[in-house]
Amino acid sequence: MFRYYARLGLLSIRRNPVLSALMVAAIATGIGACMTIVNIDYVMSGNPIPHRSKLLYHVQLDSWDPYEAAEEPNEPPDQVTYIDGTALLAAGKARRQVLSYRSGRVMQPEGEGQLPFQVASRSTSADFFPMFDTPFLYGSGWDKSADDGTTYVVVLSRAISEQLFGDEDPVGRHVVMNGDSYRVTGVLDTWQPTPKFYDVSNDSFGEVEDVYIPFSVSIAEEMSSQGNTSCWKPMAEIGWQTFISSECVWMQLWVELHGEAEREEYMAFLDAYVETQKAAGRYPRAVNNRLYDVMQWMENREVVEDDVQVLLGLAVLFLLVCLLNTIGLLLAKIMRRSGDIGLRRALGASRSAIFGQYIVEAGLIGIAGGIAGIGMTMLGLQGIKLLYGEIEFVERLVRLDWVMVSTAIVLAVLSALAAALYPTWRACGIHPASQLKSL
Amino acid sequence: MEIGPIWRAMLRNKTSYLLIALQIAFTMAIMVNAIAIIQERSRMMARPSGVDEDNIFYLSSVGFAPDFNPRAAIEQDLDALRSFPGVANAIVTNSVPLQGGGWSQGLRREPGEDIESTDVALYFVDEHGVDTFGVNLTAGRNFTPAEVMWFDPEGGGPHWPDKIILTQAMAEALFPESPHDVVGKTVYIENDLPITVIGIMERMQAPWKSWTQLENVMLVPMKRLQTGVRYVIRTEPGYRDEIMPQVEKMLAESNRGRIVRSMMTMTDTRQRSYLADAAMIKLLVFVVSILTAITGLGIVGLASFSVARRSKQIGTRRALGATRAAILRYFMLENFMVSGVGVISGALIAVAMNIWMVQALDLTPIAWYVIPLAMLILWLVGQLAVLGPARRATLVSPAVATRAI
Repeated sequence: MFRYYARLGLLSIRRNPVLSALMVAAIATGIGACMTIVNIDYVMSGNPIPHRSKLLYHVQLDSWDPYEAAEEPNEPPDQVTYIDGTALLAAGKARRQVLSYRSGRVMQPEGEGQLPFQVASRSTSADFFPMFDTPFLYGSGWDKSADDGTTYVVVLSRAISEQLFGDEDPVGRHVVMNGDSYRVTGVLDTWQPTPKFYDVSNDSFGEVEDVYIPFSVSIAEEMSSQGNTSCWKPMAEIGWQTFISSECVWMQLWVELHGEAEREEYMAFLDAYVETQKAAGRYPRAVNNRLYDVMQWMENREVVEDDVQVLLGLAVLFLLVCLLNTIGLLLAKIMRRSGDIGLRRALGASRSAIFGQYIVEAGLIGIAGGIAGIGMTMLGLQGIKLLYGEIEFVERLVRLDWVMVSTAIVLAVLSALAAALYPTWRACGIHPASQLKSL
Repeated sequence: MEIGPIWRAMLRNKTSYLLIALQIAFTMAIMVNAIAIIQERSRMMARPSGVDEDNIFYLSSVGFAPDFNPRAAIEQDLDALRSFPGVANAIVTNSVPLQGGGWSQGLRREPGEDIESTDVALYFVDEHGVDTFGVNLTAGRNFTPAEVMWFDPEGGGPHWPDKIILTQAMAEALFPESPHDVVGKTVYIENDLPITVIGIMERMQAPWKSWTQLENVMLVPMKRLQTGVRYVIRTEPGYRDEIMPQVEKMLAESNRGRIVRSMMTMTDTRQRSYLADAAMIKLLVFVVSILTAITGLGIVGLASFSVARRSKQIGTRRALGATRAAILRYFMLENFMVSGVGVISGALIAVAMNIWMVQALDLTPIAWYVIPLAMLILWLVGQLAVLGPARRATLVSPAVATRAI
């Protein structure tokens, strides 16, 4: 029976090729628009480190101005001071802790004719690599003993390693930056958490850094932050030592904690720490510390752009209009054949037979629309890439993964069914007698 | 009029008409809100930065050599830049409007940390700052060379100079009661350091395009001794693109202990800064056009079906004396009524959506005239769409009526 209905369906579609094409196009455009934006929203709100995101916590301490919150209504600053960051790092109360900030260096290649160039560097502590589970192409990170401020070691990104050393393994060799020689301990394989969760204060979807250096070396070399620096308290003196002992926040502190009990214990430790600082005359505000895990922190920072949310709402409505369009056209088309349906019913066809016949016809249109919709999604993503091409991270937002392809298929089938069901149901309700009279 | 009979006839076949009306309603809701966003973005992009955008470019110089001398480098570079053929003027500064990164600080009318402060973006300049940026001084005067200080973050001495130039907007924010009499007044920085306002410029934007106090800006007469600095260069009109590579080469070769990078024109900075907004506008125009086209084509399709289904009825009316014009009018009027229901409910949905967007996403509310405008557009689209099928209806021959009843 199905093949017979399919043939009837195709025949009927061929009878109105323009209109059928319009219905397919409407479903396809609706799904294309919707899935394009859903995909972008999915990537932007994605989990950058799924297997560890519940173990990693971002630390916030309210060391801010007594008269004004760092962020309304009463949010603590989004980064920490050097004093607090190093104190908590030294306390070592969590399983692992990472203190880091973004800075820049000038790389001076040794080879003849190679010009010095600027590299983005992350000044961080030894736990950065195991805690964020970074993939290594060669070697490894540095040992914790290298966080003492006198050990000049570096981890290179794959791109920089290839630029400097080609395909060779550079572990143990040296690179010169700002006149200092650093020993290479490892090379990261391609790694791009999206969003770049460990530092969303500075370009949430930006490229990861080119080189990784112990933060203690950067402090000793007086490499200032290239990220956001916020201060509330005027400094009495000027100079690097004054700056790093000031109340300015400019570093990010992450800790690794397993389970609720450890989280609560660490929170209690933070509160106790702030009390000791209050005793020393710092922290003029009420105790207001925060520990957010990765996804909570991404939500708190609202890394998904408002534009994407607006477009998402519009895209869903767009799909709705396209479905209404198709339902209307299918309905008109089926109702026009009321005579045929009445005749078939009078000759003994059951309602379910009528349902079968028209759901196949409507389903064919819906499925064609769905398949075309997946094609339209790819076109839509390419269009977005073209429009926003100069923003570097867009490249990473326009990739479809299998989750999104299956979502597109499910959405296509659902849309097709939604569009087909109502007209078919109406067809089943046609009385044999009422239609026979008019034949 | 035929409104009554048409309305009753439509009620006998509610669903099809309801579907069209809903489609028009949602199309309208999307159209109105898209227009609201487009208007907001266009207004944002049209705000002038206050500087001579056509002729300014800038670049960074980063010293890395151990013996790099910031002061000597800055003095030598500024001399070389100012005497370069085609360059009108040049300064060393920290940022430019629309660039995205900058420095802000609070200013107070009275000293004291518990006094409310007004945030202001600052640009470090020397006596050539006003001329290089191309801003207009509307009151007071420019800095003199003697008032410009060198500041060494490593050394001692005062943090701040004792004179500044403010924008008119900042003057109004600080002194709302006498915004045109600010020259000579004293304000306080870092809680209690007094500074005298010596000049007012008409307009200059802060480096952050989405900042709410975008035009709160001050010029600070200071040259900071850092290894990484930014030079802003204004060229004679028309020479910018020609001399940019020459200037880059000259600077790179004049001092091997630094690298010159991130050279960019103000025109490109503006384009890059508003890239996402420009793209959003294009995207919304595209979405609304496609949606209107789909709705229009849907109306054409449905009307064609309706005409075909009612050909006997049309024939009968023609046989009973209805003119072609009467048939045409019937279909046009029918569509006019359906669209009417659609655009009126569309207006309600659009307003509800807009209220949500204003609350959730800080958009500005829609201008009142957008709603009647969108209604008119969709009404016209509906009438145009139905015109073809309706004209086909007028061609139905009265003889059809005699064939079968």
